[in-house]
Amino acid sequence: MKRSLSKSMSIKLGRALIYIILIICTVICIAPFIWMVITSFKSTAEAYLFPPTFIPRKWMWANYKNGWAVADFPTFTKNTIFLALTCTVGTVISSALVAYGFAKFKAKMSGLLYVCLLGTMMLPAQVTLIPQYLLYYKMGLVDTYGPLLIPAWLGGGAYNIFLFRQFFLSLPKELNEAATIDGAGSFQTFWRIMLPSVKPVILAVGVMSLVWNWNDFYTPLIYLNSTSKFTLSIGLQFLNSSMGTTKIGQMMAVSVVTLLPVLIIFFVCQKYFVQGIKMQGLKA
Amino acid sequence: MNLKERSLSLKRREALNFYLYISPWLLSFLVLTIYPMLDSFLLSFTDAAIGGDFNFIGLENFRKAFTVDPQFWVSFRNTILYVLMYVPANLIISFFLGYLLSRNIKALGFFRTVFYIPYITSGVAVTVMWGWIFNGSYGLINYLLSLIGIEGPNWLADKRYALICIVIISLWSIGNGIIIMLAGIQDIPATYYESAQIDGASSLRQVFSITIPLTTPTIYFNLVIGIISAFQLFNQPYILTQGGPVNATRTVAMVVFQNAFQYGRMGYASCVAWVLFVVIMAVTLIIQSSSKRWVFYDN
Repeated sequence: MKRSLSKSMSIKLGRALIYIILIICTVICIAPFIWMVITSFKSTAEAYLFPPTFIPRKWMWANYKNGWAVADFPTFTKNTIFLALTCTVGTVISSALVAYGFAKFKAKMSGLLYVCLLGTMMLPAQVTLIPQYLLYYKMGLVDTYGPLLIPAWLGGGAYNIFLFRQFFLSLPKELNEAATIDGAGSFQTFWRIMLPSVKPVILAVGVMSLVWNWNDFYTPLIYLNSTSKFTLSIGLQFLNSSMGTTKIGQMMAVSVVTLLPVLIIFFVCQKYFVQGIKMQGLKA
Repeated sequence: MNLKERSLSLKRREALNFYLYISPWLLSFLVLTIYPMLDSFLLSFTDAAIGGDFNFIGLENFRKAFTVDPQFWVSFRNTILYVLMYVPANLIISFFLGYLLSRNIKALGFFRTVFYIPYITSGVAVTVMWGWIFNGSYGLINYLLSLIGIEGPNWLADKRYALICIVIISLWSIGNGIIIMLAGIQDIPATYYESAQIDGASSLRQVFSITIPLTTPTIYFNLVIGIISAFQLFNQPYILTQGGPVNATRTVAMVVFQNAFQYGRMGYASCVAWVLFVVIMAVTLIIQSSSKRWVFYDN
């Protein structure tokens, strides 16, 4: 009797411990964002107080207005929205097409090419970076959106192709055959029947690619030179490197604004993100 | 048309379809992957600059990298140190938290969401925010340390701590890894645990004899992906420290970037990139060949 009592006690303690650890991790995940928002409302003088204040003495709404005006952020926003959307549409369409090819048709080289596709996932970007740059340079595409858009429309990354292929493979073959008998040409079958039946993947790949392109820093950093073509991430870094922490309130205000769309997309489309992660677990 | 001819033409049509559908990727594979790989290999033996002519200079770039350029060794040292700190910590934390989340807890959806937020917001904004949190004079971390009587260092400006800060910042956004681990752990059939319970195995014992062995495919996946991306660390040190203080956070990817896009030394940058590539491939191959001994596949 006593033994079973202590056993149930230790189970309860164990469960309490699990929650305590998870709550601590929750705080670690969220606290930096709260700190960012608090700092975004502080005047420079107040941000430079130690010990810091946790509620701004005077709410500096002006940080948002002034920070936004330090550089041409409205243009950066437009550029980022344009790029994120066009890259996402390109990624979804082209990776679905390629994946359909790998899933439904066979050719002598199809196995080998699929191995090559998976191999590119392991390839460090560094090793292709410089010739790619020189190639775009020769084509006159440096300082245009070409180098950002072209890869998205040409397959959109091995990983997305892999996800789509897994899904196409799981579709019943009858679906394909029925469509062929009905006389739908192969592309019609793909567009009218296959694509609509993989909606969950389209949304999963879509939201992940949208967020990824919104955040992307490296590619625009390499290829974009004119300020008028900057994206938000490059604009923010421009602000960061030019004024450092001298106007940290404004810097944080701009940061909050650039994060908001990502957070909104995430909360609205959460279930598709979860779907996307679960599919990552599928074995190759 | 006889049957044989017909099946041949069907086969041909199928092959044609295959190549048509995969053509976007095939084009990018040939033009943006295969050609650049070969070209960067060739470039590493030249003195190529942007737009200009170039000469083959044999192993000169490699000689310079290994014997003259002080940043080469430092950047490899930093990158390897980062990999050694970040990758194991990433695996342990994501397995541990993935395991806790798999324990039939309430509000699983809430915690999953919370852990995932740092991952999807990882970008310049969040990195700059961490720079402020680690600020030596006014940062939140040093304030918290001062509460328990510790005077914190000047984190990112101190060459002893700067790289560790970058590791911590990277570990903050491993939500994706946690969720992948959780999915891997949840895939384990409940029957394994049931029979272990009948045998009277403690829950710690169950973790080591059931959960960990059966999650090894997921751990392996996270390990390989983690190593390849960790070797290419660039954004955080570029944004926060520009490689400083005194090269303490200069990574190989930064050396490649600097030489290529700031000094225009395309040949030398290609040489460094190829050395990095060979190192990554070697490490990946070692892990892959070791995997037969420690990764268990159910089927």
